Amino acid sequence: MAAPLENVDGVGSRQDARAVHSTSFQRKSRGKLVSIPGTRPSVQNGQLLVSTGVTSLDYAIGLVLRVSQCLFSLPEEDKYDSYSRMLLKYFLAEGVVCGHSLFVGSACDPPEEILQELPAPVLDDIGSAAINEGQAKLCNSEGQDSMKIAWRYQNLPKVQTALAASSRFGHYYDVSKTMDPEVRQTSKCNTFFLPDELHLKSESEPSTMNKGYRALLRSIQKLIQGEGFDTAAPQNKPRSILRIGLHSLGSPLWGDDICCRESPSDASSLTSFLFGLRALLRSSLCVAMVTVPSHLIQNRAIMGRVTKLCDTAIALESFRGSERETNPLYKDYHGLLHVRQTPHLNCLVCEVPDTKDLAFKLKRKQFAIERLHLPPDLSDTVSRLSKPDLAESARLLSPACGGTAVGRKHLDF
Amino acid sequence: MAAGETAELRWLTSRSEVRRSLPAAAAGFLTLPWSYRIGVADRRMFPELNSILSISLENIPQGQFVVLSDHNGDASFLIHHFLSLYLRAGCKVCFLGLVQSFSHYSAVAQRLGISLPQARERGQLVFLEGLRESLGELLLEDVAPGERPLDFLRHPQADLRGLLAFVQRSVSGGPEWGPPVLLVDDVSVLLSLGVTVGALQDFSHYCRVTLCCELKGNVVMLVRVEEEDGEEEGSELLLKDLTHQCSLALHVQGLPTGYCKDIHGQVEVCQRVVSDPGDGLLPQKKLFQYKIHDKGVTFFARGTSSAVL
Repeated sequence: MAAPLENVDGVGSRQDARAVHSTSFQRKSRGKLVSIPGTRPSVQNGQLLVSTGVTSLDYAIGLVLRVSQCLFSLPEEDKYDSYSRMLLKYFLAEGVVCGHSLFVGSACDPPEEILQELPAPVLDDIGSAAINEGQAKLCNSEGQDSMKIAWRYQNLPKVQTALAASSRFGHYYDVSKTMDPEVRQTSKCNTFFLPDELHLKSESEPSTMNKGYRALLRSIQKLIQGEGFDTAAPQNKPRSILRIGLHSLGSPLWGDDICCRESPSDASSLTSFLFGLRALLRSSLCVAMVTVPSHLIQNRAIMGRVTKLCDTAIALESFRGSERETNPLYKDYHGLLHVRQTPHLNCLVCEVPDTKDLAFKLKRKQFAIERLHLPPDLSDTVSRLSKPDLAESARLLSPACGGTAVGRKHLDF
Repeated sequence: MAAGETAELRWLTSRSEVRRSLPAAAAGFLTLPWSYRIGVADRRMFPELNSILSISLENIPQGQFVVLSDHNGDASFLIHHFLSLYLRAGCKVCFLGLVQSFSHYSAVAQRLGISLPQARERGQLVFLEGLRESLGELLLEDVAPGERPLDFLRHPQADLRGLLAFVQRSVSGGPEWGPPVLLVDDVSVLLSLGVTVGALQDFSHYCRVTLCCELKGNVVMLVRVEEEDGEEEGSELLLKDLTHQCSLALHVQGLPTGYCKDIHGQVEVCQRVVSDPGDGLLPQKKLFQYKIHDKGVTFFARGTSSAVL
């Protein structure tokens, strides 16, 4: 592998090369927009956008996260906590590659461990290969024969399962390799590990937020004010974005009992913290990703409040260990992705996704998110249904795309 | 201001520019009764909703308690509508914006043709930016003694007297503006901050007495309801209590048949209509579907969406 510094430069220049493929439309804006590496302004309302690190997730939640009066996303943890942790690592790795500062807060695993496991960025052109494939597919569809029977469907577009925007914004990562320590050290990483802060004195009076969350909030506020991330600070040095990754908030290790009981004594601790975090984010150049173990939280009302306090919320439902793992419909995927909330900041409504049935698959070089759809039923036994035929066709139906039926070929009229 | 708008809007904007450029003596304009100062209705202000609710700028109802609620949807577009409606009608508005920053509301209001910074400067709008003011209280920082509207954040299960005092101070003013209006976005976030349902019920009761009964103004409150496991604590109980007290309720829900890109949800409008003087209030219910656009919202009867027809 080439020397790490060269790699970083390579990524930077490759990013510029990729920017050429994107639109050259320049919006004339009245205010002066700060140009920060790794961000681009939204065409809709002039906000700054950053990538989550997973390009298909960017598209699924409405084209990337927004910064600066910004918001945060909330993957609910699947049972074994593998995929949401993976998303958090993608998010932090994207920050390293774009040159943003990082803040990692955790109560169970030391943040240094999370930082050591960041995936390595993919430097060869898997991204452009994917775009070329997508474009080739589009060209092919034009040469299709015109339909004779189902001609009403002629003008509908073919179902594109892969979610991709025409202009790509973000990078790809190789999950099997970890990021080089030299590359990681190019960006400033701040950490907060709750067991190290056990010397906190407890407040004399009871309050709405418990001391673990309050210490975390104070530490984030100090970092924002100290490093000049708040928008009110004078702009004398080059600005950057602070990416905040908080792992497993709401778990009992933070001193919170919402995962332990249905009517917890400290029900508003996590929600007060999220409100305070929202307040900090709105006035600074930060974006945060928070993971919450929703499968442990027994009170649905609290989960609803947590979702409403976030700008974007997604839930990951992994198939591992459930009966869906063996369901032939889901055999290509590792889990379902539910988009619980999409943001609308500074506008009445932002991008609305056209479908909410999404499934994800973790490949080695890509975290793929695709639309879940049933392929057409092409078996010959569809028109005449009798009990043995139904059983036969159910057995023979293959859920892979373009499934061909093998079996009885006689045609009944 | 942008050119190429409708004639009415150009007239309105030129009036506001004239008012700003006139010397202070000409501010005698402001001593006119507020009903003479409103202009022609602007097209871009959810006109369909105004006709559904039988509201027009010349005919703002008084003493009304409006409850907005949402369940599986987002009713914040209704808050923007009422904010721009009352500001345009010349009322004195006290807005408790607890969940978003001032710049968000001002950016959306700009698209609807209202400038919130200007309204705040001339004293028509009193805005409490809940997010910014809350940080000091949540982190238990030492603040200067005095009346702080959000001091209930320091103690769990505190009452909202400080916030009520802030509201009462804000809406008391001279006769230069129309009847006062209180807008709260949203009440249910206070439940997330440790306030009990009882304290919120007391707060809403006192607001209604002060604004609707004494000052003949209006109150608009947004309640966001989560799914609850059948226990009657929290936002559902609060919504029931507020709906019982209100004169107009707008319930926003997602479509019962699932998610649709072209129809964003449905709104149920419940209006209390006095049919007979002796009979009491009968609720009148209407159901509409809506779609939110960049600069407005269109309402239509069920099944008549442009995507369907």
